[in-house]
Amino acid sequence: MTNRIDELVDDRRVVICCGTGGVGKTTTAAVIALEGARRGRNACVVTIDPARRLADALGIANLSNDPTEIDPKLWTEGGDDQPGAVAGGRLSALMLDTKSTFDLLVTRNASTPEQAQRILDNTFYRNVSGALGGTQEYMAMEKLHELHEQGGFDLIVVDTPPTRHALDFLDAPKRLTRLLDNRVFRLLMMPTRAYLRVASVAVQTFLRTVARVVGSEVIEDVVAFFRAFEGMEEGFRERAQVVGDLLVDSGTAFVLVSSPRRDAMQEATFFAERLEEAGQSVHALIVNRVHPSFGDESPAGLRAASAALRLPSENGTSAPAATRLAALYDNLADFRDIAELERAHIEDLRSRIGPETALAYVPYLAHDVHDFATLREVGELLFDTVSAR
Amino acid sequence: MEVAEFCSTSRVIIVAGKGGVGKTTVTAALAVTAARAGRSVLIVEVEGKSGLTTMFGAPALGYDEVDLDPQVRARFLTPDAALIDYLVTHGMKRISKRLASSGALDVVATAIPGMKDILVLGKVKSIEESGLADLVIVDAPAAGHAVTFLLSARGLLDAVRVGPIRKQAQDVVSLISDPARCQVMLVTLAEETPVSEVVDTAFAIEDRAGVTLGPVVVNGCFAPLRVPAHASAASILDDARASDRFVSPREAEDLAHAAAFLEERHALQHEQIQRLRERLPLPQIELPFVFNPDITRVQLNALADAFERGIGAL
Repeated sequence: MTNRIDELVDDRRVVICCGTGGVGKTTTAAVIALEGARRGRNACVVTIDPARRLADALGIANLSNDPTEIDPKLWTEGGDDQPGAVAGGRLSALMLDTKSTFDLLVTRNASTPEQAQRILDNTFYRNVSGALGGTQEYMAMEKLHELHEQGGFDLIVVDTPPTRHALDFLDAPKRLTRLLDNRVFRLLMMPTRAYLRVASVAVQTFLRTVARVVGSEVIEDVVAFFRAFEGMEEGFRERAQVVGDLLVDSGTAFVLVSSPRRDAMQEATFFAERLEEAGQSVHALIVNRVHPSFGDESPAGLRAASAALRLPSENGTSAPAATRLAALYDNLADFRDIAELERAHIEDLRSRIGPETALAYVPYLAHDVHDFATLREVGELLFDTVSAR
Repeated sequence: MEVAEFCSTSRVIIVAGKGGVGKTTVTAALAVTAARAGRSVLIVEVEGKSGLTTMFGAPALGYDEVDLDPQVRARFLTPDAALIDYLVTHGMKRISKRLASSGALDVVATAIPGMKDILVLGKVKSIEESGLADLVIVDAPAAGHAVTFLLSARGLLDAVRVGPIRKQAQDVVSLISDPARCQVMLVTLAEETPVSEVVDTAFAIEDRAGVTLGPVVVNGCFAPLRVPAHASAASILDDARASDRFVSPREAEDLAHAAAFLEERHALQHEQIQRLRERLPLPQIELPFVFNPDITRVQLNALADAFERGIGAL
């Protein structure tokens, strides 16, 4: 059975918006959460790096660890008499604070407050929590899990970080555990275990050579970090497993956000395949910034019309009316060209990701989407028009 | 300014901008422009995107250089490859294998944020010094990563006090802060959010990384219709009668809608271009909107024409 885009906001508990950078993921996530709230759900959108004006509109100009509820007056515009709006909905938003989320995770997993403090103070940890590839992705999921378990929300919409590959998000829990499982990590732990004295000589040699390249204080930080972390790896691994399970839960839906450009489409196809391997499927494909079609004439026919109009008349001059008309034909031909090519890309992707995936376009909008009125405008295009089709 | 002169202002041009603004397209078009002016170009791609080679109709990029055009070559540069290269050329071939195979790079790179960027920029520096090409164009990671990418060398100088990596960072800082060797070309779209972001990025890069900024490229600009007044379906039907051409009312509507759409986009872009001009005192080069979601050699040539005009007006 074909999925419907409405199910996202009516039935799902978790919606994860994925896609490459610059395709409108954050906006789409906000639109879906707003639509959920309008339909009476207690919705929360978790954003990663919203454009400033959108963040201001959502009341989340600062990083935070807790969701902020948005005054319903701000997003219900016309009140309850609005078409489709249901009373009782709530909307909250949060801009993920990666470091605080990680700090909290460390504090919870540490066996003593002293152990937690040793880690939090470590230079290497500060780099891990701020810069490690995948940390932001993992913490977004950690936050998602926490809100899912304790937040009281019945719809959580998550924006994913603007990574090069949308699927980094899926690998994030593994990435963190891989760092902890690292052979180097185990080598570094060895010197603390007396029975591995022999290995420790090799380790020392190795560390000395690495220190030659990067400087010894760096290595000291790393060693101190892994020692402080001892005993916590298991807890982290279990947690990563639990968080990872939420991704394949039946209440979780993935929305793939794309643009009709070839490279974005290629990434989207790749992501859909990976998601399938991981035991999930793409619930909906949302293609943003699609050009209008402007009728159905062939670009070649339009260009021929323009060329005919541009032919000089018998007295050797072109009439102004014909020149004007020719320019309009050329312009329409240009837009018909791009419309046909974009639709071909969308159809191609459609055929690859299977018929059960809901598909929706959001046309190229003449203005920025940065407040509730414009979010609602996109929502109308996404939900109202699609449901009516 | 002559294109040849512009392309020899500095040997390295780093093309940077927010995701989705067309950095790779601009990189490719700039390469074609420089090649036409007789410069040999090497494109360094740091994110392994597939788009670049497709535009030239060439197979996917590997770790070895590929020829995209008679004067344009490209190569992919990863931190891992750059590290091994670095260790080998610094007489540490033995540990290079171990560092790579044990996953130690991940740990070391985490210990030193910016380490991966230093390795990549360090390799760019050695390419620049070797004179392998007249112009090296780096397709930088998406901004805000671009700011981090360029700031990493200075940050590392604070974190690491000794060792060859510090030396590498110093070399990178002297490369990127020397306008005779390196400049950054920012790319944006004439839309509200991209304009705001490029202004922030420009100030961050100039103030904090000490990098010289070249002209800002405004990508995807619509050219105004050269038709006086607003075309309506009625005026189109009048023109059709005057030129003895049959135009159906429906076709007249389509023609009018497309014209209105273009006019509206053009007016909005114009407003944003003005805003960019007021907020960022850098020369602008406008590249036209390409009516095709797939850039190929044909479109690259048209973009290179626009680049030539833009550079000529500097």
